[in-house]
Amino acid sequence: MNCDESCMSAPASLSEPVFPPLAIHPELVKRILVGFIRNEVRKVGFERVVLGLSGGVDSSLVATLASEALGPRNVLAVVMPYRTSDPKSRNDALQVVQQLGIEQLEIDISPQIDAYFERFPAADQKRRGNKMARERMTILYDQSFASRGLVIGTSNKTELLLGYGTIYGDMASAINPIGDLYKTQVWQLADAAGVPTAIVQKAPSADLWAGQSDETELGFQYRMIDQLLYYLVDHRYSIDELKRLGFAEAFVEDIIRRVRDNQYKRRLPVIAKLSSRTIDRDFRYPRDWGH
Amino acid sequence: MNADGRLTVGLAQIDPALGDRDRNLERHREWVGQATAAGANLLVFPELSLTGYFLKDLVPDSAIRLDDPIMGELAGLSTKLDVVLGAVVEDPDHRYFNASLYFSHGELVHLHRKVYLPTYGMFDEQRYFAPGDRFRSFKTGFGRTGILVCEDIWHLSSAYILSLEGVDMIICPSSSPGRGITTDERLGTAESYNLVCRTYAQFLTTFFLYCNRVGFEDGANFWGGSMVIGPNGDIIAQQEDADEALVLASLDLAQVRRERLANPLLRDERLELTINELRRVLHERTRKPF
Repeated sequence: MNCDESCMSAPASLSEPVFPPLAIHPELVKRILVGFIRNEVRKVGFERVVLGLSGGVDSSLVATLASEALGPRNVLAVVMPYRTSDPKSRNDALQVVQQLGIEQLEIDISPQIDAYFERFPAADQKRRGNKMARERMTILYDQSFASRGLVIGTSNKTELLLGYGTIYGDMASAINPIGDLYKTQVWQLADAAGVPTAIVQKAPSADLWAGQSDETELGFQYRMIDQLLYYLVDHRYSIDELKRLGFAEAFVEDIIRRVRDNQYKRRLPVIAKLSSRTIDRDFRYPRDWGH
Repeated sequence: MNADGRLTVGLAQIDPALGDRDRNLERHREWVGQATAAGANLLVFPELSLTGYFLKDLVPDSAIRLDDPIMGELAGLSTKLDVVLGAVVEDPDHRYFNASLYFSHGELVHLHRKVYLPTYGMFDEQRYFAPGDRFRSFKTGFGRTGILVCEDIWHLSSAYILSLEGVDMIICPSSSPGRGITTDERLGTAESYNLVCRTYAQFLTTFFLYCNRVGFEDGANFWGGSMVIGPNGDIIAQQEDADEALVLASLDLAQVRRERLANPLLRDERLELTINELRRVLHERTRKPF
């Protein structure tokens, strides 16, 4: 399923108490992430970043962090609606652009999507959604080259673990400041960082068709998923231990299956090993080599 | 040491460039100049300050040998003040060590090879480094000192051994990546290190110098927080944030004597009992049927 960032439903994001282990100190996290962006962008010789701004909470937060790290003129937000996208998403994105004073470029992706699917009119929504995510990626990387800016990612930890994103689509980026924050933590940080409340509170959606909702598609609420992932991933609870905590067996098994089945999306392609030093297996260098 | 029995120590909380030894050496020169101007007698750099931390396959390329000409340049940093810095050291048998080197008056005084190489979670040191095989203290112009590199301090025995050698000061160069976010204004790692370093200082009635680096490598942040702790466990100076900084502290070296009079923990330590009991544990372990 394509999920560019507005992937999770958060109507209760500010009104319900946060699961205590996932509560964060927003100023500390913001300071680290702003430092991360500044450091990882500048040390490889860049000053600017490029991101896809959907009007959802994830990309709005990343735009806010990047603007603080590099200055608003060094952030290019590309707004890329499709003709069935909710116009409210575009308006939210433009509000963020205006509030931060960042650079903006709007590209309607409908012509390039429609031109392709004229040949495959029977394509379902999922296929179309993935295609849209990848078209947006090609635009971002072209703008990256044109404006000498690194593509900054907007996938959060929940999405990455569940695989609720398009490989080589919205999951593609050079650096990602929020990939270790669960959705419920993104909400907290976004709220504290000044992302408009309406954006933090709206129901997460990939916005491929009217009324689409992440939580409906996933079948569970993000706050519940994040609690389970916290125990499962961060603290390596066994299935039995999770059940003893009160999580329903079907829920636990569904989430574990998603995490496992989407592992491939989080890795480089598998390379057939032949030599004594194979890339990423026994040829191991840091990304920040020489910086 | 100054005439008044005080020692000015400096912690160079720096951000080394990953795998760029020449650039880092130049930066060491700058920081030594800055610390000298500030009147420091001893300047401590973080773990692997000459190379950066997450080197992976860059370890062999980043290494120095003790007969390399660069050793003369490193020793030359210590003509006006003592200097502790971190480097990858290649032994003649081509084993690579995560080492910390102590220079004084233009000479190498001591070299500690990190014993405990973390290889779990985000760490992979045993893949690239050979472990050191000893904890030894050494004499400096201001008393007896020992060096423990980062993970070394997470093993009680290392600091305990140095303590029984009678150290006045433990120096801990570190490259600790920050992690653990809660509602606390500090990272979980910062909390843990504060607890451990202060506990050692107080338990062992010794000065404790903790120098951590800052900056980012492949997305991991190094949280700084370098601190100087007195032999009563009090923090004398600390850089709370993760910016590059020269942390300076003036130490009253006689404080160790006073603290050991008030709390004669070291005097009362039962070394022979400890050794006998450890021997017994070892013996019983080897006698386990399976």
